[in-house]
Amino acid sequence: MKAFTVLEGPAAPLLRPNINTDIIIRIERLRDFSGDKLGPYCFESWRYKRDGTEDPAFVLNKPPYREARIMLGGENFACGSSREAAVWALQAFGIRCVIAPSFGDIFYSNCFQNGVLPVVLPAKTVEALAAEVEATQGKGKIKIDLERCIVTSPSGKESSFTLDAMLREAMLKGADQIDLTRAREPQIAAFQDRDRQRFPWLYTAGTSSA
Amino acid sequence: MAGQTLFDKIWDRHVVSDMGDGYALLHVSRHLMHDGGSEAFKALKQRGLPVRNPDLTFATFDHVISTLPGRTAETNPALTQRLYSMRVDAKAAGVRLFDLGEPGQGIVHVIGPELGLTLPGTLLVCGDSHTCTHGGMGALAFGIGSSEVVHVLATQTIVQRRPGKMRATFEGKRPVGVTPKDMILHLIGVIGAAGGTGYAMEYAGSAIRDLDIEGRLTICNLSIELGAKCGMIAPDETTFAHLKDRLYAPKGDAWEAAVADWRTLPSDPDAVFDREVAIDVADIAPQITWGTSPEHVVGVDARIPDPMTVGDADRRTALQAALEYMGLEGGKPIAGTPVDWVFIGSCTNSRISDLRAAAAIAKGRQVASTVRAWVVPGSENVKRQAEAEGLDQVFKQAGFEWREPGCSMCLAMNNETVPPGQRSVSTSNRNFVGRQGPGARTHLASPPMAAAAALAGHIVDVRTL
Ligand code: SF4
Repeated sequence: MKAFTVLEGPAAPLLRPNINTDIIIRIERLRDFSGDKLGPYCFESWRYKRDGTEDPAFVLNKPPYREARIMLGGENFACGSSREAAVWALQAFGIRCVIAPSFGDIFYSNCFQNGVLPVVLPAKTVEALAAEVEATQGKGKIKIDLERCIVTSPSGKESSFTLDAMLREAMLKGADQIDLTRAREPQIAAFQDRDRQRFPWLYTAGTSSA
Repeated sequence: MAGQTLFDKIWDRHVVSDMGDGYALLHVSRHLMHDGGSEAFKALKQRGLPVRNPDLTFATFDHVISTLPGRTAETNPALTQRLYSMRVDAKAAGVRLFDLGEPGQGIVHVIGPELGLTLPGTLLVCGDSHTCTHGGMGALAFGIGSSEVVHVLATQTIVQRRPGKMRATFEGKRPVGVTPKDMILHLIGVIGAAGGTGYAMEYAGSAIRDLDIEGRLTICNLSIELGAKCGMIAPDETTFAHLKDRLYAPKGDAWEAAVADWRTLPSDPDAVFDREVAIDVADIAPQITWGTSPEHVVGVDARIPDPMTVGDADRRTALQAALEYMGLEGGKPIAGTPVDWVFIGSCTNSRISDLRAAAAIAKGRQVASTVRAWVVPGSENVKRQAEAEGLDQVFKQAGFEWREPGCSMCLAMNNETVPPGQRSVSTSNRNFVGRQGPGARTHLASPPMAAAAALAGHIVDVRTL
């Protein structure tokens, strides 16, 4: 996984609440394309009109936001389906950080598996960031410093955010969770031995003749 | 010290190692896979790792398969390869795969409880957000992402942060025509699509205790549409009666030992929740969604909300966009809206009790000439049971199409879609933009409400039929 330390770039505001992962990437695109090819399909239902041409009114089609590296989202951002491709699509579009008041739970975990940083800030702060960005027609950049856990607005206003130490560590190092867990294999084996004693019926299904 | 909740008890018994900061490495007692799983096997192979506990993983085909009568793995050529590789990989790994046409195949969240794979007290995961369904059996069950699926295959564990605890208590007597689907849609309408974000949800109260297992599964199925990590219902005699003698349920002495353990799981009377909400079931009317989030829901006898009455600007914009997409006008009654498609199926409402309830409405009546209506049983076993009861005949005689088990039109990834601009009443769980196909307009409702809409040709209060 790619490490995340500091990121500075254009930020696209899309503050609607409850944006779901079906909107971020349509399911049939997962069938037809690999994760790194999903950029053109990111937010496709909103980005293109019925005839397939771009909708110029949609934020990601406006010039500075086409280069967005950061997305400013609304409450419950990326709720719904567990599809990890929602993260891949954002990533393929160029987004490496989403700032929102709250996130869909599975999306939040999926971000950390892929080196995309979800930052939780109060709704008022996200709105203020969006207002500043819009006041500069999208030219003002936002900076995220994960080392210090600080988001800096285009005008230089700093907001600190919190992130669980374990997740922050892993992001800064670009650590791989499977490797980390495999290092605990003796503990897993010991757990299973105890568990088999306590709840033997949990371990017989796979050996049934059915 | 306050007592423990159902959630606490199950969480605690799965902790392999406390990682600090509220995080834990948890053991996975059951891992279910669907036909999106071949990528995970591939990723595992690339790392040169074996499946750590193939006896604790079970797989089936549901999402990408066709549900056309007489379908095979080759019916959707674009997806055939995926099914082939899943067969090969599952076999090589020693994972039991329930294949097309055999009892056991079906929507992953239908077959777990049906086969007795889902047991009270288990920690169950699957790479699908509606894994919360299994909580209806008294399991701690939640959906995970595809990287996490690889993690589970490799280590039989998952890293999680302990969520907060929330309880929704349903009291009162359910009025005629009101189903478990209406109870949970109503709750989402009351607390919103983010109302459960950050929480493990427990459903309690007399109106929950009164439900059969299938109704409980329907309730828990929509937990993710509240943003909750999982939804759970305490196991009780209803749960045990459902499980007894199921294919994979423990037998003999093991059964007795298991039931004795399961009786200790319900939340202690003095357990404390971080958030509580109470619902009076007697107040609920049959529900129908009007917009593009499950929280956009009203009683079928109510009017579509008028965005102009909403203060918050972002919410108003979201509502306006939803109405525009749905081709509806705020302030108008929802009943009477013409319908083109009806879909009875999905992991929410495709079990035998759902099909019985829909068939009871359809019996001796005719689907409107302007409507195409599908019934897609949730599993091969549900299909066979329904056919044994003659429900397939009831549906066919009424003009419904009777199909093979799978996810079908719930997600539209299998060439089964509602055409652009057309309106569907669906018993599934997501009315998102494009969920049933690009431009498709979805209204979520219960099986009786969906059947009623098929007959009337428009959204109608099932109680007036
Ligand atoms: S029926 Fe629908 S919601 Fe359920 S698992 Fe299948 S696609 Fe997902």
